[in-house]
Parts: sequence; C-alpha cells; structure tokens
Amino acid sequence: MSDADVSTPTLTANALHLWRGEHHLLRDISFSLAAGELLQVTGPNGVGKTSLLRVAAGLMPAESGEVLWRRISIHRDPARYYDEVAYLGHANALKTDLTALENVQFAGSLRQQVNKPDCLQALHALGVAHCAALPVKVLSAGQRRRVALARVLLCDAVLWILDEPITNLDTAGIELVEDLMAQHLARGGMILTAAHQALLVSHAGTRNLDLH
Amino acid sequence: MMQPVRHTPGPLHLAAVVLMRELRLALRRWDQVLQPLIFFVVVVTLFPLATNPELSALRHIAPGVLWVAAMLASLLAADALFRPDVEDGTMEQWVLSGQPLPWLLFSKSLAHWLLTGLPLVLVTPVVAVSLGVEQGFGTIMMVLALGTGVLTLLGAVGAALTVGLRRGNMLMALLVLPLEMPVLIFGAQAVESAMRNEPALGIISLLASVLLLAMILTPFAMAASMRISIE
Amino acid sequence: MNWIWFHKLASPPSAYVFATRLRPWLFWVSVVMMLWAAYQGLFVVPLDYQQKDAFRIIYVHVPVASLSLLVYSMMAIAAAIGLIWRMKLAHAVAAACAMPGAILTTLALATGSIWGKPMWGAWWAWDARLTSELILLFLYLGYMALRASFDDIGRADRASAILAIVGIVNVPIVKYSVVWWNSLHQGQTLSLFGKSEIDPSMATPLVVMIFAFLLFFGAVLCDGLRAEILRRERNASWLSELKV
Repeated sequence: MSDADVSTPTLTANALHLWRGEHHLLRDISFSLAAGELLQVTGPNGVGKTSLLRVAAGLMPAESGEVLWRRISIHRDPARYYDEVAYLGHANALKTDLTALENVQFAGSLRQQVNKPDCLQALHALGVAHCAALPVKVLSAGQRRRVALARVLLCDAVLWILDEPITNLDTAGIELVEDLMAQHLARGGMILTAAHQALLVSHAGTRNLDLH
Repeated sequence: MMQPVRHTPGPLHLAAVVLMRELRLALRRWDQVLQPLIFFVVVVTLFPLATNPELSALRHIAPGVLWVAAMLASLLAADALFRPDVEDGTMEQWVLSGQPLPWLLFSKSLAHWLLTGLPLVLVTPVVAVSLGVEQGFGTIMMVLALGTGVLTLLGAVGAALTVGLRRGNMLMALLVLPLEMPVLIFGAQAVESAMRNEPALGIISLLASVLLLAMILTPFAMAASMRISIE
Repeated sequence: MNWIWFHKLASPPSAYVFATRLRPWLFWVSVVMMLWAAYQGLFVVPLDYQQKDAFRIIYVHVPVASLSLLVYSMMAIAAAIGLIWRMKLAHAVAAACAMPGAILTTLALATGSIWGKPMWGAWWAWDARLTSELILLFLYLGYMALRASFDDIGRADRASAILAIVGIVNVPIVKYSVVWWNSLHQGQTLSLFGKSEIDPSMATPLVVMIFAFLLFFGAVLCDGLRAEILRRERNASWLSELKV
C-alpha cells in the first residue's frame, strides 16, 4: 500500500452482506468510487438503498464484507473517515426550534471552527439565505431540505453520501442541487447517492448501481 | 485533491458548543424543562395525602420521600433526553461528526442536569420544609446535587439503550431503577444525618466517589448504546 | 499458545456437538452428587443447636444463591467477549444464561423466605442477603426484557451486552450499599446465617451440593446453548447435515 494509494480519495466496498432480521437485504454488494465520480444507487422501495448508504457511512455494521476509505477500513480510524464525509439521511437533522442559521452553525462547529459569513454563504448557495433568522419549524419542507443541504455544503467534505437529496424540492431546487453536485465533482469530490429520480444523467462521471 | 486544513475543535470548545445548544433549545421550550420539577413537587405531595400529614410523622420518611420523588422525576426527564435528537436525525450527525461521542453525550447529560437536576436541588429546601425538615438544608442540597448527578448519568445510559425501541418508556425505568438503588441508600442516609445535624462527610464522600465513577464510565456505555440504537 | 481448539469450538456446529455430548455427563454426575448431598443434609447431619431442623434448607439456599451471582458474572463476561471480539457464540452463551440465572435467583429468594418463616415469624424481611438477591433478580429481568425488545438478534445481543456490563460493575456497589444499609438498621432483622460458624460435619455436603448445582447448571446451559444455536442458525446448511 503505497503513499499514493493512501492519499488518493477512493471509496471501496467489498462483498457487503447485510441482514435485517431474517431478511438477507444486501447480497454481495461491491462498488468503488473515485474522485469526480457520482454513484447512483437505484432500485425499488425496500430493496436496501438506504441501508447500503448507511453501511457505507459506517452507521450500520455489515454482517460481512468491508468498506474502505483511502484503502483503509472505515472502522479502523472512524474519526479520519468522518472528517471527510458528509451524510444526509431521510431526516433533515435540524432542530425545529432553532433558526436555520443556528442549525447550520451548530452542525458546522461540531466539526471545525465556523464563522457566520461562511454559514450564510452556504445558505445562500441553496437559495435560503432569507430564511437564516427564521426558526426551522416555520419553513416549508422544501426549504428545510435546502437548509439540510446547506449543512452538507458547509462541511467541505470530499465524499457526500446523500439519501434522497431532492425530496420535497421543486424543479428549480433540483436544478440547483444538480449544479452544486456537478461543481463538487469538478473540484475532485465524490458523491454516493440514492434517489428515485436519476440525477446528473448526462454527467461524465455518473455511474449506476442497481439493487434488485 | 488537497485536503482542507481543519481546525478540529478541542474538548472544551465542543462541550461549550453542546451546552450552548442545549440551553438555547431549553430556553425556547421552557415548559418542557419545568415538567420534571413540577412532577417532583407533585410526587412529594402524594405522601402526606397517603399517610399522615403530621410533620412529626413526615419527618421520619422525609429522606426517602425526597429521594424517591427525585428518582421518578429524573426518570421522566431521561426519556426526553435523547429521543428528540434521534427522531429528527441530529444524533446521527453527532455520531458522524468524527468527534468523541462519549464526550458529546456527557456534555449533553451535563446540560440536562443543569436543566432538570439543578432546579430540583434548588427547590429541595422548600419541599423539605413541607416534610417537616428543620435543619441541615445546605448539606441536604449538596447531597441531592451529587445524587441527582448520578441519577442523570444512569438515566442517560438507560435512555441511550432504549431510545431506538418503539415502546421504550417503561423498560427504561425497569433497567435504570435497580442500578440507582445504591444512590437511594446512600442519599437517604446522608439526608437523614443532615437532618439530625450529624457529621455526614463520610457519606458525602461516598456519594461523590460514586458520581466520579459514573462520570468516567457511563459516557462510554452511553456512546456504545447510542450507536446500536441508531443503526 | 495454540488457540486453534478455541476457534474450532467457537464455531456454532462444533459448539452444538460439544454441548450435546457434554450434557449427559454433567446431568447425571450432578444428579448423583445432589442425591448424596441431599441425603447427607436431610438425614445424616445433626440438628443445629439454635435452628434445629430449619437450617437444613441451607443445602439448597446457599448453592442457588451463590450460583445466581456466579451465573450473572458469567453472563456479563460472555456478553463482553461477544461485544469486544464479535463472537456470536459468546452472545449465545450469555443469552442462554439469563433464564436459568433468573430462576436460580428466584429459588434463592424462595428458599430464603422459607427459611425466614420459622426464624423471624414472617415470610419476608429486608435482610441484606435477600435484598441483594432481589436487586439481582431485577437486573436479570431487565436484561431479559431488553433482549426481548429488539427484533434484530444482533442488536439485542449488543445492547443487552452493554446492560450486562453496566450491571456487573454495579453488583459490588449494590452489595456494599445494601450490607451497609442493613448494618445501620440491625436489630430489626436477624441475618440469615446468624453468628455461628458452620461445623465441618455440615460443611462437606454443602460443598458437594454447591458443585452439584454448578454441574447441573452446566447441563442446563448446554441445553440452553443448543436451543440458542438452533434459533440463530436455523437456516444454515450444517443443521440438516447434523448426525447427532
């Protein structure tokens, strides 16, 4: 394992198996992701897309198989892995009693020192800068999703793991997210996503993983 | 791709961030914060109604009543400790933050004690008077402060274990109450000694060492349980 | 040190076969020992100076009480091994210990209560020993309840392992606090053992009985472990090929 291997960001999954109770949900799933690539996980409801993303994020342990980040198992040094990953689940991970800005600020300061201008900039990039001082509970579902995505943007992570990122977004919102994703890939980032609607279909780095 | 320079927050900064968040959230939902306190007072009121309202009689059971009420109030509060965060997904982000989860959860428990345990301690003299206690209020408050600290930490472990379950509430009480019995024993004796103005330094040291042990060990149990609960 | 035998044993099929073969030995040896010790204890050992015949119940009470604590420790250690080294079989052992342990604790309480009636005139007293046993019973019940609440066996294993570890750390603290609490209120109850030393003629059947119960528990554990393995591996291919 040369220094070059360790320094290039790659996400690899080898022979993942996952059971949910008695159900053999993920059977021998393998994939790899390099800088500038987008991997879309597709399949019908309940096939295990969310579970696969959660296993890749290290939230769920797989029965067998491994997930490697920069060729090292993610469970070997989780802090290093999480330093470079941003995860967005089904839930927005927002406290409804706090304002959008407070939410983004708090999420950011858990990982690094953040300042207010950066947070506002992230909200602006998602088109919700005007919501900054509003408590999340008065925002619409689409606006909340945008705030959640702003958090991901602020993380400045190499790998984005996004579970249904465009839920509740209107067409303009979807285009905006696709733009941001393309920019992220252009900077050398990588994205692992599950969505009902295919994203960035015409992008050079887009690949598909179909679970069935 | 060049790795961005990350200024990782130190432990004190993290604790401060978590505390600020919890206090800010509590400020906006202060009715939630008051509930355990009111419950504490209501439970204490049950005893004179159920037994004998004579202060001389209540004085005998005052230490026990104070502690049982505190334990039950602490249990009630513990259920709300992690559930909201797990349900809205913020706890997941804590796990994925790369920061030491035991420390984050300990900070949250500390905030929780400030919001639910400390008010209890401050109200104790008033409640104690209603149970016929005439002296030793300072010592009693100190004992309650130490004991409610342990109760909060043990409750947090129980909460972390059961937060992922649908019907969590009663189970958590079943798990946590037996573990809290030593606190009850030591705490009640300490209050008893304080009421009679006897030296209670020995017992208080005992309680303090139980608190220290809990502070060191429970965060790891909380973190391990939390990871399982959010799978 | 050669750990291969351990790894071989740690696989479910070999553990299943091993437990099946071991069980009859444990069972029959323990039954023989129990019969001998019971005979000695009931008929041969002389009357106690203070308690007359009532003390004879120690031949059941002491074994089950000490075993109840030992089994909890076993359960916690097995659970910890399962958690740290991710050994499924260790979790199965812990799971198999729970119910027998709870039953032992209940027996300890019941025999303690039966002993107490002629001694104190009441079916129950908050004696240090009985109170500790009661709290231990709560710990067992909590463990089993937590296990039952999880649908996924893996999560049930890991969550209950944490509870068992927290419990075992607590056990000395509980014991110490209860003994101290009881000593403060001495005079209201008599300790179950009283002040007399146990005479050697009474001691031998007791020791034999303790070992007998230990072996009997071993047999019960073999059965429980086999049942746990069957439950967890019911879809595995090795089961249909088993020739035991």
